[in-house]
Amino acid sequence: MLYLDHAATTRVRPETRAAMAPLLDEVFGNPSGVHGVSREAKNALETAREEAAELIGAAHPLEVVFTGGGTEADNLAIVGSALAGDGRGGVVTTAVEHEAVLESVAFLERLGCRVSRVGVDRSGKLDVEELVSNVDEHTAVVSVMAANNETGLFFPLDEISASARAIAPGVLFHTDAVQAVITEEITVETTQADMISMAAHKFGGPKGVGLLYVPREVELEPVLHGGGQELGRRSGTHNVAAIVGMVAALRATVAGREATRSRIERIRDEFESELLAAVPDLVVTGSGLSRLVQHSHIRIPGVDGETLLIRLDQEGVAAAAGSACNSGAVEVSHVLAAMGMTEQEAAECVRFSFGWSSEADAGTTAARLVSKLVGELR
Amino acid sequence: MKALVAMSGGVDSSVAAALMLEQGYDVIGVTLKQWEGADGQMPVAGCCTVSDAEDARRVAFQLDVPYYVLDYVDEFTEKVVDHFGEMYAAGKTPNPCVECNRRVRFSVLLERTKTLGCDVLVTGHHARVRGDDAGFHLVKAVDSSKDQSYVLHMLGQAELARVRLPIGELTKTEVRERAAAMGLRTAAKPDSQDLCFVGNGSYRSFIRSRFPDVARPGPLVLSDGTVLGRHHGMVDFTIGQRKGLGVALGERRYVVGIDPGTSTVTLGSRRDLLSSGCLVEDVSFVAGFAPVGSRVDVKIRYRSPAVPAMLEDAGDRWRVEFAERQPAVAPGQSAVFYRDDEVLGGGVISEAVR
Repeated sequence: MLYLDHAATTRVRPETRAAMAPLLDEVFGNPSGVHGVSREAKNALETAREEAAELIGAAHPLEVVFTGGGTEADNLAIVGSALAGDGRGGVVTTAVEHEAVLESVAFLERLGCRVSRVGVDRSGKLDVEELVSNVDEHTAVVSVMAANNETGLFFPLDEISASARAIAPGVLFHTDAVQAVITEEITVETTQADMISMAAHKFGGPKGVGLLYVPREVELEPVLHGGGQELGRRSGTHNVAAIVGMVAALRATVAGREATRSRIERIRDEFESELLAAVPDLVVTGSGLSRLVQHSHIRIPGVDGETLLIRLDQEGVAAAAGSACNSGAVEVSHVLAAMGMTEQEAAECVRFSFGWSSEADAGTTAARLVSKLVGELR
Repeated sequence: MKALVAMSGGVDSSVAAALMLEQGYDVIGVTLKQWEGADGQMPVAGCCTVSDAEDARRVAFQLDVPYYVLDYVDEFTEKVVDHFGEMYAAGKTPNPCVECNRRVRFSVLLERTKTLGCDVLVTGHHARVRGDDAGFHLVKAVDSSKDQSYVLHMLGQAELARVRLPIGELTKTEVRERAAAMGLRTAAKPDSQDLCFVGNGSYRSFIRSRFPDVARPGPLVLSDGTVLGRHHGMVDFTIGQRKGLGVALGERRYVVGIDPGTSTVTLGSRRDLLSSGCLVEDVSFVAGFAPVGSRVDVKIRYRSPAVPAMLEDAGDRWRVEFAERQPAVAPGQSAVFYRDDEVLGGGVISEAVR
């Protein structure tokens, strides 16, 4: 199989698996207990927290809150900060965020919070001035993703956070960095964010675990209520093995990031240039703009994306289009709709995403198969 | 050869996929997402639900064939559901399964079969396709109690050439036995009865909420003109209906007429219900030509036996003359012409002839 859907999820790294193994066996304790087996688990948990804090440039380990994934980190950041204090905080975000952000914002809107979602232009670019014009003293949080999960396009986080703080000094800036961590340096410094969401499975960690960077002084209303773990910010028994696995994956990601990045970029560029040579009317979304090196989001005029995906699957190639509803049908992407694409154009888009486990010839092999199928489908 | 199997999550299409594998085909399973709730997700109750798709997915996995859910919500809404509402608004009694087959499954999905890399489209219908020197024939199922050839009458030579109906060769009992022998999870699953887009509620409340103007009240009269009162909406009535008329009458009365112009519903005796024939539109013939001037058997609703009739060309429509007068001929239902077990063609009843 040729797996070109790393933006959906990645294979667990060997380092992750090795780090997790003892936590599944002898170090099985509940870190909240008082006995020896718990102390061992607690030690593993807090060691992981210290390391995660260091890797993302947090000032203190307790600024790392472990969550049950990226979606939960986004919910905690947005719902938690808007509902803190008087429970009426406003939210400013973009129309192209992940559903975890957009649905959190929609939930707050139903509760009566003021929210705004700022669109993008046809190329996917965000008008920072327009975004910031929605910020005022009632805004609790501004949330803008580091890079879009479908198109791979970057957003200028430092510019957005600086402009937002200039208008409302107390505003919190959150970024969903889930898609970017694998190839981009995501730290407190590089993002200039007050809160950062990450999901382990996007960078070779296990599924169902993530983290939220959030300083202790930031007031958050918890989303999950219970035993008061994570300073009361995220109740629930720690998934210690997954947390330790995530941090091992993050360590490996950071250590190898430069090399991975240039390797993936070469594979992706080979894919796009070979495919463009065979299918000259192909449109690469965000071509010429700054985007993630692992993403290749393309539109092939006259070819139905879903049909192409199914044909690719028959050939053993895994790619993606839009997002799936609970039945598994491909839905029209809200990201592409926000970019002003017609339903027809959006239906012609397919996303290929490369990753740490991609073979060197993945791009050229995929380009050959895609161009063959395009020939058959046209 | 590769087969695209439309899998509903029921036992028939599950076994259809297995039979195609036995016949040496490569198989791809698909479920059509035809309908969704306000949240954009598949319904959770009734037919075509998330759990049906899940059953289909699990069966496909067990058979080791790829499986996909294809989104046909827009086509289905426009071509089947909206049409269903329009027919009710016109005082008719539509058959949405026929329209789905005509306008979605055996048109857009059949077209898609080729681009998905498949040679034939397979469904779990109880009917058979036969081929000989004269071309393809659509024939009733081996299990006459389950025969579904009625809802497939619109298929012509071009469609039949690319459609396989392996289930029609088996009785329902045999289908379930096969499924059980293979350990398929759908082996004992009850047959679906509901219209897929109506879910658990009644189709009348569905129509009331989606097509409010079809629910408009009007006069309830006897066939001699006597006004009995008012009804709450044409949607509550179909031709031949005897129960739930909303009036107490000394003798048995039936709905014998629905006039969409004035929303008038007419009640009459069983005799008023009889028709000597009907006019049929949107007619197609499987073999491409019409069996004019000779006797055919015609089936005027899904659940009633075919009756002898003659077929005549009436210009833009076809006239069916029953050998014996028939009760409750409902415009909107299909009239399907048979000779012995073979479907000759069919269309939609536009008018009953008294």
